[in-house]
Amino acid sequence: MDLKRYYPVVVLILVVILIQILTSLFGITFYLTQLTMSAYYSLLTIGLCMLMGYAGQISLGQAGFFAIGGYTTAFLTTVNLIDKAEAPVLSLFKSLGIMVLREDLYGNKILHLSPWVAFLFAVIITIFIAFLIGVPVLKLKGHYLAMATLGFGIIVYRVVLGTRAFGEADGITRVPGFNLLPGIRVSGDFANRVENYYIAWVLVIIGAILLINLVNSRAGRALRYLHGSEEAASTMGVNVSRYKLNVFVLSAIYASVAGVFLTHFNAGIGPSEASVMKSVRYVAIVAAGGMANLWGTLIMAVTLNFLSLRGVFGTYDDAVFAVILIVIMLFAPRGLIRKGVISEIEFAFKKLKPGGIIKVKRES
Amino acid sequence: MSFEQVLQYIFSGITVGSIYAVVAIGFNIIYNSTGIINFAQGEFVMMGGIIAHSFTPTMPLFLAVVLAVVITTAVGSLIELVFIRSLKNPSVLRMIIITIGLSILIREIALHIWDEKIRALPFFTGSEVTSITIFGAHISPQVLWVLGITALIVVALQFFFYFTFTGQAMRACAANRKAASLCGINTRKMVNLSFCLSAAIGAVAGCTVSPLTQTHYAMGTPLAIKGFTVAILGGLGNSTAAVLAGLLLGLLESFSISLLPMAYKDVIAISILLLILFFRPGGLFQSRQIVALKSF
Repeated sequence: MDLKRYYPVVVLILVVILIQILTSLFGITFYLTQLTMSAYYSLLTIGLCMLMGYAGQISLGQAGFFAIGGYTTAFLTTVNLIDKAEAPVLSLFKSLGIMVLREDLYGNKILHLSPWVAFLFAVIITIFIAFLIGVPVLKLKGHYLAMATLGFGIIVYRVVLGTRAFGEADGITRVPGFNLLPGIRVSGDFANRVENYYIAWVLVIIGAILLINLVNSRAGRALRYLHGSEEAASTMGVNVSRYKLNVFVLSAIYASVAGVFLTHFNAGIGPSEASVMKSVRYVAIVAAGGMANLWGTLIMAVTLNFLSLRGVFGTYDDAVFAVILIVIMLFAPRGLIRKGVISEIEFAFKKLKPGGIIKVKRES
Repeated sequence: MSFEQVLQYIFSGITVGSIYAVVAIGFNIIYNSTGIINFAQGEFVMMGGIIAHSFTPTMPLFLAVVLAVVITTAVGSLIELVFIRSLKNPSVLRMIIITIGLSILIREIALHIWDEKIRALPFFTGSEVTSITIFGAHISPQVLWVLGITALIVVALQFFFYFTFTGQAMRACAANRKAASLCGINTRKMVNLSFCLSAAIGAVAGCTVSPLTQTHYAMGTPLAIKGFTVAILGGLGNSTAAVLAGLLLGLLESFSISLLPMAYKDVIAISILLLILFFRPGGLFQSRQIVALKSF
């Protein structure tokens, strides 16, 4: 077995630990909060990278899946069932131990499904919707595919914005923490900051390892053929539509899981998470990371999300992502982070000098 | 629902629908000459309204509208020169991403030049309370302006594409770019012209509709999506069918408000878009044989 492909994972783990130690040493652990959020956004982005980079299908509706995950868990863990506690279904759930009884800030008793069940439910719903949408959508190509996924994203946005149960423009707040295991809790409490930082990054690392294995498997090779030419892949016996659909569902699951965890971490979710601009932003990050480049995408996702969350771009936040999209697509459609990019820049500079092109030609 | 109410809904439907149709025609003009869907099409409509509004305090309304159209046209031309021309055989994915980026960029620039306030041009004749009674339905004279100008745009474009030399050259360019350039047509110029044209009609529509629906920096994207829905509904590239499809969508939307909450208005238009894409990607009016030859 070729272990070389896991070297970046080791580097990533070391960097994650190093950052935690450094922030603790310098007393700037507040950075970890944004790094945790960036990690969850990165999880979504590497899933999208799989879809866009490896399967070659654009999705402008990824924020929709994120919102489906987030809103499902937020709804199920905040809706109060105490009045219906005697209903047979709920008694069954209680005896199975999947209900949680807690008190809110004002001492009111709240009975709701346990976050684990909500999480599983969110993933199942996402898979169901992704299949439902994916079958017809992935028959389309180019503009039609882009518009169809964009349309899906807008429908999700409009539904969460217009539905009373999802809090309309306010979203859902006061979402409780998520006890992953006894003693390990996803929540935004200051006391859990370091713990949550590691939870988020462990999730990203698991996600990345799964994708590495997928890329280097038979399915991964099939996907690469598919990206090159669907017709050729189909002739070679690759079941094109099945592979496309599977990757679409997989990327939806990544988005949904990210949505679930971030919602518990932020203790709430609002309709802006489902907006078109979010979906465009994820596409921008994948494009900047180099499309079929898992690590490039991850680096870009963490950096850009972290800067954006810290408010570095100020009121130009959306504009920055728009410029990134345009510049990358105009000048470096294969992304910024990849092998050989430095020599290409050198090449470009040599061309700029008088007589440069001739010189470059002779050298090559 | 009384007869007057139905008539009222019909008028509001065709007003909105005709704007969708103009946006769809803008999509079609650029799509025909380049094969690109310009996602920034809705931004041209926004620019028309917002630029004209900032000129109105200093000059007569007509002049402000003309200036807004000229400036928007120049921006459309500039976009083609700077962002589209340099690309040789770009992939569709690249083009989509670039035009989406442009749409966001224009929107953000508009936000920083103006602000997030909702503004409206003055009514072309009368004021917001003037109304004309037609068969018992009360409509604003601006509705007639919108319908009249839309009709004028459609007729003028038909005349331009079929009876002028430049228009015919553009159609040749749309049919086969290589063959057109072999016939001595400057295809680059034609592509640039198509961007100018669709920016101009977008700006005109943005000005005429501004008194009724208001102008806002972020109005472009929803309009572009509706316009695209209409363009698909009529069959991409077919401008006459786009007019019919636009009116159809406008009517559907305006009647849907009487049945469903206002918040779901966009959901209906987009659900129609998805259904059309899934079941009749060639549009409502194209024959099955033609559709079978295309790939979507």
